[in-house]
Amino acid sequence: MTYFGHVFVHLRKDLQLEWRSRDSINGMLFFALLVVVVFAFAFDPTAATSRQIAGGIVWVALLFAAVTALNQSWTRELRNRVLDAQRMLPSPPSALFLGKALANLLFVALVEAVLTPLFIVFYNLHALGQGWMLAIVMPLGTWALVCNGTFFAALGLRTRNRELLLPLILFPISIPALLGMMQATTAILSGEFEPGPWIRLLIAYNIAFTTACLLLFETVLSAE
Amino acid sequence: MQHSRILGPVGIVWFLATLVAIAYATRLGLFLAPVDALQGNVFRIFFYHVPHSMLSLLFPYVNFIASVFYLYWRQRNPLKALTADAVAIASAEITIVYSSICLWTGMLWGRVEWGLWWTWDARLTSMLLLWLLYVSYLMLRKLSSTGQTQTLAAVLSVFAAIDVPIVYMSIRWWRTQHPAPVFGGGADSGLDKSMYPAFIWNIIGWAMWGIFLLAFRYALERRRQAFEQDAALQAIEASLEIAK
Repeated sequence: MTYFGHVFVHLRKDLQLEWRSRDSINGMLFFALLVVVVFAFAFDPTAATSRQIAGGIVWVALLFAAVTALNQSWTRELRNRVLDAQRMLPSPPSALFLGKALANLLFVALVEAVLTPLFIVFYNLHALGQGWMLAIVMPLGTWALVCNGTFFAALGLRTRNRELLLPLILFPISIPALLGMMQATTAILSGEFEPGPWIRLLIAYNIAFTTACLLLFETVLSAE
Repeated sequence: MQHSRILGPVGIVWFLATLVAIAYATRLGLFLAPVDALQGNVFRIFFYHVPHSMLSLLFPYVNFIASVFYLYWRQRNPLKALTADAVAIASAEITIVYSSICLWTGMLWGRVEWGLWWTWDARLTSMLLLWLLYVSYLMLRKLSSTGQTQTLAAVLSVFAAIDVPIVYMSIRWWRTQHPAPVFGGGADSGLDKSMYPAFIWNIIGWAMWGIFLLAFRYALERRRQAFEQDAALQAIEASLEIAK
């Protein structure tokens, strides 16, 4: 079986589990919706300035929502000692990681697909810059969150208080990516400056950290 | 700990020399260096703030290198790996101490010079992020269960090392896109020759102090590791006694 064959098997397993339970997606969706509504009370959502802050808010909502689901995606593997079985597999451990990260990417993308139209309606938005560029920024930003998030959720899996630990280590590391996706989104929505440099930053961040995650995952999986 | 017979006196001599160097540097900085033409006596905080910020950028490298060695030795030579881990935790804690002092003295200076405690200027923000990264490193060490702490911490240290250059670039872009008010003065305007002795002696003094703390924390961590190994060994022996 090729490497991508292994990745595909892991991906299919995670999709199947999610399809049967629908825990993460429902949780994330409702959580992100709540964050958007709460922020609407904090700022005046109909004002022209909402275009300036909307880019930040949508990513904060997605970030918080993703964190709630990322932990679950690994705790599933702890039940019935599945993770110990995974360690003994002859397939490369990074395939397990990549499969799970891709599954999480799909889940968060689905949440985005539902949330974005709602967000546009609630905040009365229309992009003043090049709207089609959001189609580049959204996947890049989501992958930046999900790839590191999946990795750190695995890293914190056997720690005390893992629900708390994930945001504590994920947020500081992700700050350049968060800055990149928020600035790029704000640039597109407000049309005041160029999103180009921020998209390049996101690409560089994704390449650097995806490589690091793939190389170091085996160390984390067998960290005892 | 047979080293301690030689290292103990060396440590004491080093500590005393450090005290002398810091005392001399403080005298130079507070009393002998000339009053700054623009900022007056407030400028003297420079001699304390800048050496600390320079050193707080140095110790993360020690942490990163020690972590890489830990990961390399982890399965090849576990005992050597433990020494690398002791260096890693010592340097991480000193990074926090030095960058906290840097941030705090910077805020005091900024309050007087700029009228602001804090501004989201490129250098301030990057220093804050460095501080956040290392606090999260220590949090991970505190929360993870024994046996895997060292490995997880070393992995996080590698991630932090990848992150720092990206943070630095992104913060610079961020601040050039949204220009902040331009502050005059500061260290950028160059240092008068008469101030160099005070500046250099402060760097030497605080670097010696940092190295002393590093060695002290390292020795402490080594003892803790030895104690842990002894306890584990005794537990194994006790279980064998029962099995008989």
